[in-house]
Amino acid sequence: MNLSPFLTFFLLTVVKIVIVLVITLTSVAYTVLLERKVAGRMQNRWGPSRVGPFGLLQPLADGIKLFLKEDLMPLAIQKPLFVIAPIIALSCALVSIAVVPFGPLTEVHVHGQPGFDLFDISNINIGLLVILGITSIGVYGIALSGWSSNNKFALLGSLRATSQMISYELALGLSLVGIVLRAGSLNLRTIVASQSAHGALSWNILGGFQIVAFVVYLISAFAEANRTPFDLPEAESELVAGYHTEYSSMKFAMFFMAEYANMITISCVATLLFFGGASSPWGNALPNIGGAIGAAIFPVLWFVLKVFCFLFLFIWVRWTIPRFRYDQLMAFGWKVLMPIAIVNILVTALVMSVRS
Amino acid sequence: MVPISYYLILAAVLFSIGVLSFLLKRNVVTVFMSIELMLNAVNLTFVAFAHRWQAVSPQAVSGQIFVFFVMVVAAAEAAVGLAIIISIFRTRQTLNIDQINLMKN
Amino acid sequence: MQLALFIIFAALAVAGALNFLLQRHPINSALSLVVVMLSLAVLYWSLGAEFLAAAQVIVYSGAVMVLFVFVVMLLNAGEEERTTGSRAAYFAGIPGAAAVFCLLSFVFLSESKTLGSSNLGGYLNDGTVNIVEISKILFTRLLLPFEVTSILILVAILGAVVLARKEPDPKVVTSSTDAAGVIVIKEKV
Repeated sequence: MNLSPFLTFFLLTVVKIVIVLVITLTSVAYTVLLERKVAGRMQNRWGPSRVGPFGLLQPLADGIKLFLKEDLMPLAIQKPLFVIAPIIALSCALVSIAVVPFGPLTEVHVHGQPGFDLFDISNINIGLLVILGITSIGVYGIALSGWSSNNKFALLGSLRATSQMISYELALGLSLVGIVLRAGSLNLRTIVASQSAHGALSWNILGGFQIVAFVVYLISAFAEANRTPFDLPEAESELVAGYHTEYSSMKFAMFFMAEYANMITISCVATLLFFGGASSPWGNALPNIGGAIGAAIFPVLWFVLKVFCFLFLFIWVRWTIPRFRYDQLMAFGWKVLMPIAIVNILVTALVMSVRS
Repeated sequence: MVPISYYLILAAVLFSIGVLSFLLKRNVVTVFMSIELMLNAVNLTFVAFAHRWQAVSPQAVSGQIFVFFVMVVAAAEAAVGLAIIISIFRTRQTLNIDQINLMKN
Repeated sequence: MQLALFIIFAALAVAGALNFLLQRHPINSALSLVVVMLSLAVLYWSLGAEFLAAAQVIVYSGAVMVLFVFVVMLLNAGEEERTTGSRAAYFAGIPGAAAVFCLLSFVFLSESKTLGSSNLGGYLNDGTVNIVEISKILFTRLLLPFEVTSILILVAILGAVVLARKEPDPKVVTSSTDAAGVIVIKEKV
């Protein structure tokens, strides 16, 4: 085994990508199960419980069902765009996970070659902007699906989704500026490192006083993911099923998976930016267990736990809060969230300039 | 190692295609889009020249800042231009650029 | 390696631009333009302008082109009709564009040595961050132009709202624009 540095890097990166994709897709499937279970318990019923122990094999059954269904192609569609739209939606939702660091910087050295980062696919210096950019590309999937279906409900749904996503993207981007100001970097690892001094006390949401930014981020992230209370694009009581009215079988499943993958990405970003990423709540106050392996594994567990809490919050909100009206949604985004986010930037900048 | 001239020639190709589609397209929206294509081609030359100057001094990023301003102005221009297109469509019910010739006759 | 990256994305950009020129439907043209812009973003990155690459994706492909697609969807623009345009455009414009292209390529190729070549090293990892330098210059030496652009954007927003808003005609119908920009027309009883 004497590979060139580039080839080693390339092969290891491909392996990492495959592992991360498999884990993400599995967690997408089990988030769907979690959603159905939690929804069931909130409505005083069991939720899926027949397939496997506690219904744990339900995602598999769902997948097989969707895969075997007939793939309907309506006559009046724009065929290439109709096919490509769910692909854009799903791939954009999955790609942004590439810059998320799941654990501490752990470098593995193979044959004395440059260190190889274990817990993220790529550690790049504009990670935050990459996530924002890929999210903004994801709009095309929804816009095109509605337009190419040649169906007025789908078109209305996608027009709503497009304008909603563009509007809330502004509030979302502005709410993150305070974090970038505090960390002085767009690199996600640097942002996480800037919050790791005193455990939970130095997380951006507590020690950074970014709780306002966090609330703005969370609300606009709900709107970005088209989740209740902002699921106007697919409001079933007015628009049949919104932009995916005409979709069936795997193409519908792709939109469905994209929604949950978006939820996971949003939860990851919230964890990284506001809750200290992979750091534990008590920082270095407690002694380390398990030596080097423990030092590598426990942060990953913390990260997964935090992301899980966010996913639960998403589901909780969906089954608790009713849907907004469309003009209320737009007014809320532009007249409430945007000014709050801008004031938050001003206050953060003022405090930082006074302190330094 | 890619010669900077390759980037510049790519920009020239994109700019010429932009000019051609500006002349040949008959839809107002598409004509407007070809302006964006030309702006993008020019941006590529700015970035390429900025890279050339960075070889001389690493602090020379004026070319990139110019591209930043071009992007900002292009975004503002797109908002106003599309609003104009919408109001033209409301009054004339067409997007064909040959039929928007009220001033001509 | 870098040459392969350049060739792939340059080919993608040129193919997208040609498709933009040849497609009849505005939405297909808009999508080909998105492909051009995304591949240009990768080329910016390979020239060490990572901030511009991100800005290109967020501003151009994520906002400006979405706006174009949105307008095309809203106006339900169909395939464009081929009508004969201005004759001057055909007889002076096309040779003119070809001449500009030939002149530019000739100059670039003949000055190829002086222009040097780009080097990817250190750009794609955390080695250099030029966002710091860009923002230093932007907020000190170029503060006035920066503020002026913000005023320009404000004016553009106001202008767009004023232009796109439909004047209500009180005699016949009342029309209003709902939040999605869809015009709701109600007849007065």
